[in-house]
Amino acid sequence: MIEAQGLTKDYGDKRAVDGLTFSVRPGVVTGFLGPNGSGKSTTMRLILGLDAPTGGDVTVNGKHYRDHEAPLHEVGALLEARSVHTGRSAYNHLLALARTHGIPRSRVDELIDLVGLREVAKQRAGKFSLGMGQRLGIAAALLGDPSTVMLDEPVNGLDPEGIHWMRSLLKGLAGEGRTVFVSSHLMSEMSLTADHLIVIGRGRKIADTSTSEFLSAASGNVVRLRSPQAAELSRLLVAPDVTVEALEPGYLEVHGLTAVQIGDVAAANGIALHELTPQQASLEEAFMDLTREEIEFKAAELEPEEAVA
Amino acid sequence: MSTLASIQRLPRAAHTGRVTQFRVVLSEWTKLHSLRSTRWSLFAGILLTIAFPVLFAAVTSSHWGTMSAHERADRHPLDIALAGVNVSQLAIAVLGVLVITGEYSTGMIRASFTAVPKRLPVLWAKTVVFGVVSFLLMLPPVLIAFFASQAILSRHDLLQISFSHPGVARSVIGGAIYLMLVGIFALGIGAIVRNTAGGIATFAAIFFVIPPLMNILPTSWNNAISQYLPSEAGRQIFSLTHGAHSLAPWPGGLLFVGYCALTLAIAAVLLVRRDT
Ligand SMILES: Nc1ncnc2c1ncn2[C@@H]1O[C@H](COP(=O)(O)OP(=O)(O)OP(=O)(O)O)[C@@H](O)[C@H]1O
Ligand SMILES: [Mg+2]
Repeated sequence: MIEAQGLTKDYGDKRAVDGLTFSVRPGVVTGFLGPNGSGKSTTMRLILGLDAPTGGDVTVNGKHYRDHEAPLHEVGALLEARSVHTGRSAYNHLLALARTHGIPRSRVDELIDLVGLREVAKQRAGKFSLGMGQRLGIAAALLGDPSTVMLDEPVNGLDPEGIHWMRSLLKGLAGEGRTVFVSSHLMSEMSLTADHLIVIGRGRKIADTSTSEFLSAASGNVVRLRSPQAAELSRLLVAPDVTVEALEPGYLEVHGLTAVQIGDVAAANGIALHELTPQQASLEEAFMDLTREEIEFKAAELEPEEAVA
Repeated sequence: MSTLASIQRLPRAAHTGRVTQFRVVLSEWTKLHSLRSTRWSLFAGILLTIAFPVLFAAVTSSHWGTMSAHERADRHPLDIALAGVNVSQLAIAVLGVLVITGEYSTGMIRASFTAVPKRLPVLWAKTVVFGVVSFLLMLPPVLIAFFASQAILSRHDLLQISFSHPGVARSVIGGAIYLMLVGIFALGIGAIVRNTAGGIATFAAIFFVIPPLMNILPTSWNNAISQYLPSEAGRQIFSLTHGAHSLAPWPGGLLFVGYCALTLAIAAVLLVRRDT
């Protein structure tokens, strides 16, 4: 359980996190979404007390992280930036962390096997590929069998097998009743894994909702239909806030009406429908709609003057 | 890449752990001995501590016949025996800085402070582990350096001095104590500066740049101030004789311990306050 109240962090005059209030519940996977620079990693560092908040407060299982007697049993974290000494072997890295809590060597071995680093466990972590480093970070996060697992972009650098593995691991962890908090900017990934979403932009919370609600709210009014009288139907449907696009002869995409409304119009006018399919907007599109105003680093749109210069 | 385990459930573990200072010390011991840079620095420290006196003694012995009375009077057997300390202190200081800045440069510090979020136990544990390890590893070399240089100089009665002669044992063992304290001082500097190059540069400035700069001052000022510099105060721990303008071994040594404590105290305050 993570609870943030008005959490705020300034770096100089840059506000990275801006009055975030949210709670992350146990038993489900909570996705933490936001475009680049929206403050996800900063929020996670604030939760762990690595950075001190400028304002507000955040607790884990009812206490500030630093006040726990056995922090690694409370939260297991994978941070965005690598947090491993490049000169130390994976095994010794985990052992050094384990020793702070009196966690036995057998647990270190167990985790090395779990993340599949057995063959390279004695090699210097500095030689690891991105994906191997990520696995080592995950092993470190799980070392203390924590009740809360917090991972900053865990699939970053993982191969398809690793991504699949990560997905089932996260679901498994939540299934055991743990609190699972995972950041990402890959919406498609989150739609497969997360039960709940917290979306932020420019450090502010934009949405805090279940994934299914988020999806249905976002998809709504795009419907594709097939009809032998497509042209006629198109004329009947068009309205100021409705657009109809012919994808191919007899096949239309309608924006601004639900499938029910279209079906009713067709029936009332005796028009045959061969297909009527509401389109689920991808989570990606929904997310982009939601955060359009909040995006920190938009791909540069050239101003005409600049284009000339 | 090895395959991932088919078990995708996290095995449960007994929650026996609680962070204690002793456990953090064990963790820091694991960290220290599992790095190659540690082994190389300590090896260099040991080698320099022994090799310089042996070389110095051999050269002195072979040139003794051609040296003037003045030059002969300048050569003190203990200076020869402990000549290596002046050089090996750099290896120990670099390692002291690296013990902490190595964690900042690699990001390891975030893992360390996630495991021990109160942070200070990490600083104390690093200090204790590095202090004990550097003292225990530097003690044999200073003893070897003393007896080896004495053996090489055995033909010259003037350069013979007994280990039981007043102050000799203290100076020789003091060489190892001095190296340990230099390491701790450097560790404190590293924790304040948080950057390897900056830490080493700061240490070098305090130990090797500021002392000669004191010569710019009027002699009376220089005499009054220089003896209180960390390097000068610390040096008294392993000096047999003490000039008119230097502290005695105990006051000098204690002052140097005070400098180490001050450095660590500043480091501790900053460590708790700063973002990582
Ligand atoms: N230590 C720091 N010092 C100064 N500014 C920082 C620091 N950390 C983060 N910021 C700034 O705060 C903002 C939020 O950054 P943060 O890394 O939390 O975003 P993010 O959501 O994790 O982005 P991404 O998806 O790219 O990982 C950015 O504008 C960043 O430049
Ligand atoms: Mg980030």
